[in-house]
Amino acid sequence: MIKKVRRHIVQDEPLLFEISSPGKKAYQLPELDVPAVDAVEALGAANVRSEIEGFPEVSEVENIRHYTRLSTWNFAIDLGLYPLGSCTMKYNPRINELVARTEGLAWGHPYQPEELSQGAFQILATLEKYLCECTGMDAITLQPAAGAHGEMTGLLLVRKYLESLGNPRKKVLVPDSAHGTNPATAAMVGYEVVSVKSNDHGMIDLAALEAATDEDVAALMVTNPNTIGVFERDIVKAAAILHAKGAQMYMDGANMNALVGICRPGDFGIDVMHMNLHKTFSTPHGGGGPGAGPVAIKKHLEPFLPVPRLKRIGRKYSHDYDRPQSIGKVRAFYGNFGVLVRALAYILAHGGPGLRNATIDALLNAQFIRKGLEPYFDLPVTEPTMHEVVFSHDRQEAKGVKTGDMAKRLIDYGFHAYTTSFPLIVHGAMMIEPTETEPKRELELFIDAMISIAKEVDEDPQLVIKAPHLTRTPRVDETLAARRPIVRWKP
Amino acid sequence: MRYLPKSDSERNEMLAACGLKSLDDLYSYLPSKVLIKKPLNIPAGISEYEIVDYFKKQANLMANGYASFLGAGVYNHYRPVLCDVVVSRGEFLTSYTPYQAEISQGTLTTIFEFQTMVCQLTGMEVANASMYDGSTAVPEAAMMAIRITGREHVIVAKSVHPEYRQVLHTYTLNQGIPVTECGYDSETGQLDLAGIEANLTDHTAAVIVQSPNFFGCLENVRALADLVHSKGALLVVVFTEAASLGVVQPPVDADIVVGELQSFAISPSYGGPFAGIIATKEKFIRQIPGRLVGQTVDANGNRAFCLTLATREQHIRREKATSNICTNQALIALMGTVFMSVYGKAGLRELAEQNLAKAHYLAGGLPARFKAPFFNEFVVRVGDPEALNKKLLKKKVIGGLALGRFYPELADCTLLCATEMSKRESMDIVRQAVQA
Amino acid sequence: MYPENFRYTKEHEWVKVEGAMATIGITHHAQSELGDIVYVDLPKVGTTVEQGKTFGSVESVKAVSDIYAPVSGEVTAINEALNTTPEKLNADPHGDAWLIKIKLSNASQVDSLMSTADYQAYLGS
Repeated sequence: MIKKVRRHIVQDEPLLFEISSPGKKAYQLPELDVPAVDAVEALGAANVRSEIEGFPEVSEVENIRHYTRLSTWNFAIDLGLYPLGSCTMKYNPRINELVARTEGLAWGHPYQPEELSQGAFQILATLEKYLCECTGMDAITLQPAAGAHGEMTGLLLVRKYLESLGNPRKKVLVPDSAHGTNPATAAMVGYEVVSVKSNDHGMIDLAALEAATDEDVAALMVTNPNTIGVFERDIVKAAAILHAKGAQMYMDGANMNALVGICRPGDFGIDVMHMNLHKTFSTPHGGGGPGAGPVAIKKHLEPFLPVPRLKRIGRKYSHDYDRPQSIGKVRAFYGNFGVLVRALAYILAHGGPGLRNATIDALLNAQFIRKGLEPYFDLPVTEPTMHEVVFSHDRQEAKGVKTGDMAKRLIDYGFHAYTTSFPLIVHGAMMIEPTETEPKRELELFIDAMISIAKEVDEDPQLVIKAPHLTRTPRVDETLAARRPIVRWKP
Repeated sequence: MRYLPKSDSERNEMLAACGLKSLDDLYSYLPSKVLIKKPLNIPAGISEYEIVDYFKKQANLMANGYASFLGAGVYNHYRPVLCDVVVSRGEFLTSYTPYQAEISQGTLTTIFEFQTMVCQLTGMEVANASMYDGSTAVPEAAMMAIRITGREHVIVAKSVHPEYRQVLHTYTLNQGIPVTECGYDSETGQLDLAGIEANLTDHTAAVIVQSPNFFGCLENVRALADLVHSKGALLVVVFTEAASLGVVQPPVDADIVVGELQSFAISPSYGGPFAGIIATKEKFIRQIPGRLVGQTVDANGNRAFCLTLATREQHIRREKATSNICTNQALIALMGTVFMSVYGKAGLRELAEQNLAKAHYLAGGLPARFKAPFFNEFVVRVGDPEALNKKLLKKKVIGGLALGRFYPELADCTLLCATEMSKRESMDIVRQAVQA
Repeated sequence: MYPENFRYTKEHEWVKVEGAMATIGITHHAQSELGDIVYVDLPKVGTTVEQGKTFGSVESVKAVSDIYAPVSGEVTAINEALNTTPEKLNADPHGDAWLIKIKLSNASQVDSLMSTADYQAYLGS
């Protein structure tokens, strides 16, 4: 039975271009306080464009209704549990939005004088310090724009370091349970990707790792806890295998939210790692970005970090570009500063003890869901669960129902879908990550919904296969979209 | 703690349901070697009020109350209120990448509108859902051109933003992609066509230029396109000042257009987050990196949208993907979308013309370094730009970018920018200071 | 279901040899495993394909599958219709929706491929 939601009216809305009419306006510019300039005279006729064909002309009222109506077609954390495994959809505190808009910060120009940038420097230095403390690493660059960008930065550091020792090496090892960005990144940095099989427990197989590690291996990219939500118990031994051959340990910190305050990658053999501030440190996902993917490293990699580095002389900070061994720049300016401000606000709100409590609540929530659902769904890996749990659809598939179908049915119950079909090593994966910011009642409603869906699979599988039934938009034809791509509006 | 929604008694009930005695049981099985030995050295949590206070204190150490004439890739434009109103809605702010189309039509529809407006603005046929920023979009365009042409060499004009070029070098260094930089004409400030011609071979995949370029000068894209295409290479045109496209002819002869949308309601934020765009011809759609939204129908036959052509991406193609990009800048792109719909066709033109008028007023009577036409930025020969900036700071004015840092041969020059936000009295201060 | 005059690979491609020429496609089994096919990537006419090496790919909404050449040769024709109607590959993989035609460079390679009976047994195993 569906307990959390009921139907309500949803407004329909055309595209902007379809409500456009010549002469409608949502703007007014101030009167010019200087003489107007004729564009043709200033730029030359060939350089002046004709009107922007098809561009909308919409009033202010229609604008706000347009976007407000569209917004109601979205699910969001603000509406309820968003259990996407691996994505860490936790509550986004609004104070973070407010402080990021503080005038001097929001309007800071990256080239403004350093003496008028000390506030930004303070913020960056403080965040660097706290993130190093959380990870147990020695130094950090805040510049990468997202997790995958951090991966690239991290592997460039590894490459430059190994080059400085005389040989950049050829291969990067990636476990078969890894995020798709890992192999894609290794290829971009000029490494051959070698996939390493996981063992029956979904963990690194030390024998396979040992066999794969030779003098040509530059690094192992490991996610810990891994994508099954299980801590890599042999991580210290794995690091020893890599280090014995002179290779580096790269950690994908996508799941760092399971570790903060409990253990630190710097203490279990990691040389370089990225973290996703939009996951662990709660900066909003915003429908797909922006994020930030800082890269933390051990001392030996510090000379290679991207420029500029923060330099402190007395009480004043400045940008240091004089770093001859640096990998260079991975993006313009200094990173997604606005995202970094939000992450620092989050850390300040929790404080050290609070961050640890948040981690523990995340583990408790995942454990609670596992206990609640274990009788109804197959659990291929039974190792202790950390922050997320991965079931398989095997039991339901016998009735013709797959993980994607149950995920869609979950939408009818008032929840976002869980992650389907990832990690690849679990057949028909159902990957559930509640995060620490879910109340007990919401978790109970979720467990209740999943049990109810399991019963529906037994009694009326078609109900599940054809879901969702209650959304404004029923199932969408993705095949048609891919066969006949229409990626822009035309009159 | 206010972000943790459980009481202790609820926690105990949940522990009991899990068959655990204490919260420590949730992790105490981990190897003792890896468990943290002492608490994190981060002070205890503070209240909202104290957090606001902390950031206000830092903000007060920034350039509050200064007029600024800095551009160089980051521009001061007015941000219509509606932009923040829309992106502050939880349904946009706190949702994930729209994989579940049935409950993400809001985000998907706005991205479809974004892609459309980027095409209309740039004169291209298809655009993706956004890149990290303009600088990282440049190497992505280069790699795209390499995939399309099967060639490996890239030419980039020195009049492209210096930091964008640095990022291009970082990305290409380990992929066996040689990059040649070509100079600029020291009279006009435009790229050196002969230099490009001399370096263009049948190994060249892409020629990358910026217009308006880093010096603010408009490039002759048309002539360049003919040259580049005659050698079978692709032309990539970069822009950093999106507002220019309100009045300047878009680079319709380019094969790939990349740029930075920061001018469209995205606050400078000390350098980010911004949103990059990449747009191209329809025939190259399968080589475009990043997320794409496509139109389709739902089970009732109504128009609907979904992410499409996902097989280009890392989560499916892994090491063979077109790029490793995953997270993009959706919320920032949404700000830009709202900006474009607020200004609309007439407003964007009027905005661009105001920028043109202000910049030409500021430039009036100053010793211009280059002759080419400019939009809202231009280079002035001032002798000692740092000394000039010091003088201006005393009058609460931040002057232009001293160019010696990126172009030693232009050490006596400054790059000035005026926008619709520049007031006449501040511009007069700059004019007088330069002329003094 | 599986034509007698075809030869088959373990990667589920088929080849039909006519004199010095051969037509290559993917099998019914391959298309059904992939599901709704949305895109087919084929080589250019005039390029050469090499036995056992990939020469193109077939895509469904959420998967990409490489296609391997059953035999070596020079591409003389590609099935242009699949550009606009990839769904044909689901409907008629052994007929209308052939992928490429090649001029064989080593006809004896055909002998290394499975017969219809062998392929059916392979699928059944």
